[in-house]
Amino acid sequence: MPPTSSFSRRRFLSSTGLLFLIASVPGARAAEHSGTLPWKPFAALPPEPLPGGRWYVLTPDEARTVEAIVDRLIPADELSIGGKDAGCASFIDRQLAGSYGSSDRLYMQGPFVAGLPTQGYQGAETPVARYRDGLAALNKHAQAQFSGKNFFDLAAAEQDQALKDFEAGKVDYKPAAGFFNLVLQNTMEGFFADPIYGGNKDMAGWKFIGFPGARYDYRDYITAHNKPFPLPPLSIAGRPEWKTGDKAGGN
Amino acid sequence: MARKLPRKDVVIVGLGWTGSILAHELTDAGLDVVAIERGPWRDTATDFNVAYAPDELRYAVRKDLFLQPAQEAMTMRNDVSQTALPMRDYGSFLPGTGVGGAGTHWNGHTWRFFPSDFALKTHLTERYGAQRIADLQLQDWGVSYDEMESAFDRFEYLCGISGKAGNLNGAIQQGGNPFEGPRKRDYPLPPMQMTYAPTLFAEAARSKGLHPFPTPSANLSGAYVNPLGIAMGQCTACGFCERFGCANYSKSSAHTTVLPVLMRKSNFEARTECEVLKINLAADGKTATGVTYIDVNGETFEQPADLVLLNAYGLFNVRLMLLSGIGKPYDPASGEGVVGRNYCYQTNASTQVFFEGKHMNPFIAAGALGQSLDDYNGDAFDHGPLDFVGGAGINCIPTNGRPIQYRPVPPGTPRWGSAWKKATKQYYNNTLIFSSQGSSYATRGNYLDLDPTYKDRFGRPLLRVTFDFPDNDIRMSNWVSDRMKEIADALGGKQAVVGKQRKGWNSVPYQSTHNTGGAIMGTDPKTSAVNRHLQAWDVPNVFVIGASAFPQNAGKNPTGPVGALAYWAADAIRNHYLKNPGKLVEA
Repeated sequence: MPPTSSFSRRRFLSSTGLLFLIASVPGARAAEHSGTLPWKPFAALPPEPLPGGRWYVLTPDEARTVEAIVDRLIPADELSIGGKDAGCASFIDRQLAGSYGSSDRLYMQGPFVAGLPTQGYQGAETPVARYRDGLAALNKHAQAQFSGKNFFDLAAAEQDQALKDFEAGKVDYKPAAGFFNLVLQNTMEGFFADPIYGGNKDMAGWKFIGFPGARYDYRDYITAHNKPFPLPPLSIAGRPEWKTGDKAGGN
Repeated sequence: MARKLPRKDVVIVGLGWTGSILAHELTDAGLDVVAIERGPWRDTATDFNVAYAPDELRYAVRKDLFLQPAQEAMTMRNDVSQTALPMRDYGSFLPGTGVGGAGTHWNGHTWRFFPSDFALKTHLTERYGAQRIADLQLQDWGVSYDEMESAFDRFEYLCGISGKAGNLNGAIQQGGNPFEGPRKRDYPLPPMQMTYAPTLFAEAARSKGLHPFPTPSANLSGAYVNPLGIAMGQCTACGFCERFGCANYSKSSAHTTVLPVLMRKSNFEARTECEVLKINLAADGKTATGVTYIDVNGETFEQPADLVLLNAYGLFNVRLMLLSGIGKPYDPASGEGVVGRNYCYQTNASTQVFFEGKHMNPFIAAGALGQSLDDYNGDAFDHGPLDFVGGAGINCIPTNGRPIQYRPVPPGTPRWGSAWKKATKQYYNNTLIFSSQGSSYATRGNYLDLDPTYKDRFGRPLLRVTFDFPDNDIRMSNWVSDRMKEIADALGGKQAVVGKQRKGWNSVPYQSTHNTGGAIMGTDPKTSAVNRHLQAWDVPNVFVIGASAFPQNAGKNPTGPVGALAYWAADAIRNHYLKNPGKLVEA
């Protein structure tokens, strides 16, 4: 089915796809429906994952910094792989490339004034701008504290210290704590969102806590009280071993 | 310049729960009805596709189905001494948009309010004296529970609500809610099968002499064909309910209960992605002539109609009245005026009980699959020795185990690093959460009006919410938290953390999309915006239907009474107004 005007409109309405890079409402029109259910086959809007293998928003150095951060927030240990191997940085980069990164869906009209904590984030800066600025500030802090080294070149314990300084707002960078919270939130999103968005590699986050993923029918297990759930997790895209050519089983 | 369209009998603003019910009822009465909806068309097969519906990031975190603040935001402050600022992202509550409205992504708790809730001021004054409620601005609804009973019944049978009656024609039923008002017949479907955590909760509550019962649920316990002939299926407990559309035809919404019949009618038309800018009034200001709306291309239209029904989300009903000059705006300084009056919310607190060695399996869940108790709700208990009025339902309804947002850990756990990982893994499957959902009673200072500074994308003022939890409600909620502690202790577990609500309503963390009031119903045009039939006092061919009509909010989810009010208003229009258009109540 060729794209129609309403198809384009639907894409605008979604939150997670690349097509927000061209976000506008080309040729959209209001719809009138009468006398029938206006259902059309294949008119739905599936999620639009971005292809991997490249950075969309982050520069190579910014990407290295984010990879170093997410690997401290979620370190590799006996419980799971770390945030870097799970693809959290890649997830964040792809989110920044969409409507999330540009705050397209938020109320962004001024005046922008400082508010009370009960009034939420009142800055005019988008997540892309906050990452640019915050990552630069983190490097500056690392260089000042640890003999000129970039954050990604620090030892793990030094990285942890720099992150704790940001978390506590104990640095000469006013948005530090807010930036830390933004990165922490996005890292957790990347570790636990469906793998189609570039993180949670091989459902590592879900296996870590025992979440079965995109399953849609638990009726056989509702009254199996206090028993371990027996099935492995499932992504919207299926399971890795379903891919043609893969060995059966695994995980 | 607006292009003028051919006249319709009825124009409906907003095609959610109430708009769909009113459209169905009035097209059945032979009227020519058009509904104007600012969001997109949505239907189950297309938009809630089972292949990608279980996507937490897209729907629960990025809020794909909700009203986007870029389209319409609102400003907030806790009291008039503060300067309201826009909620740049919705947080504390999440209004819906699109066909089906907020009924698309609700959980499905479907209550009737207590009989005493409908005559609250009279009831509490008689029982405790006027002085007891002097700090509150409580009002009666102007309609009694007995008058509303058949409307509740119709909504429950439309939806296929799954539950157990607690009071059939005055006879208390074992296993149901013994505090509910009398119902003429049982729910259309039996209760859902219980998961583990609510079963533990109910055992603990019973051991304390309380009366838990299965939460009345719009997630269906079995297959069902409703009175319109529309079939639904059994809920699969997928755990993707609130914030999601149901891909399984098992959560009641306009899509699964009304629209398949309504849309096939030749005397009904839905116009989507069209936003109503205002209700037009004749020169006398006492008659609506229709509405003006703008479509997605920016073209403006005038839709004339004999009858205008406001069926938007309650807050937006209020804003449209203020923008259109219908009813006198409320002024908290003088206490006079009616539009924006008695804005209320919900007063909640949550309890976490941490265990060891359990398999709670929180992902096996549905929006309304759980156990509730009303022993401390409304006026079900004697407030004589207490220092508050109102109460809270206590509910153990684990709706999901979606891991971006559901990762309970005991207080003091680091937010990241190896210690965070260890605790997260340990407690994901070992935590039982239950919560209190408390009443929200009106005060003179909590209200809605138009913001003086911030505008929407068409240049119209945003709605301004001025709200904080009243002292009465804080005392109520904290007292109920102490009762939650008793249940938590009976549950055992390694550690219980009982939340306590505090002053200073925060618009950031999600709390509840149960915003009520602002266009309340009543018997006196000086203190209510609409009469007992939801007809605007000042403009009798306008009806305003939704939670905007609640004079104050009870400790229960509002959708049941909202659905019942839709039938109540439809009956008034069909049986009275159409025969003799004009004021149904003389003030």
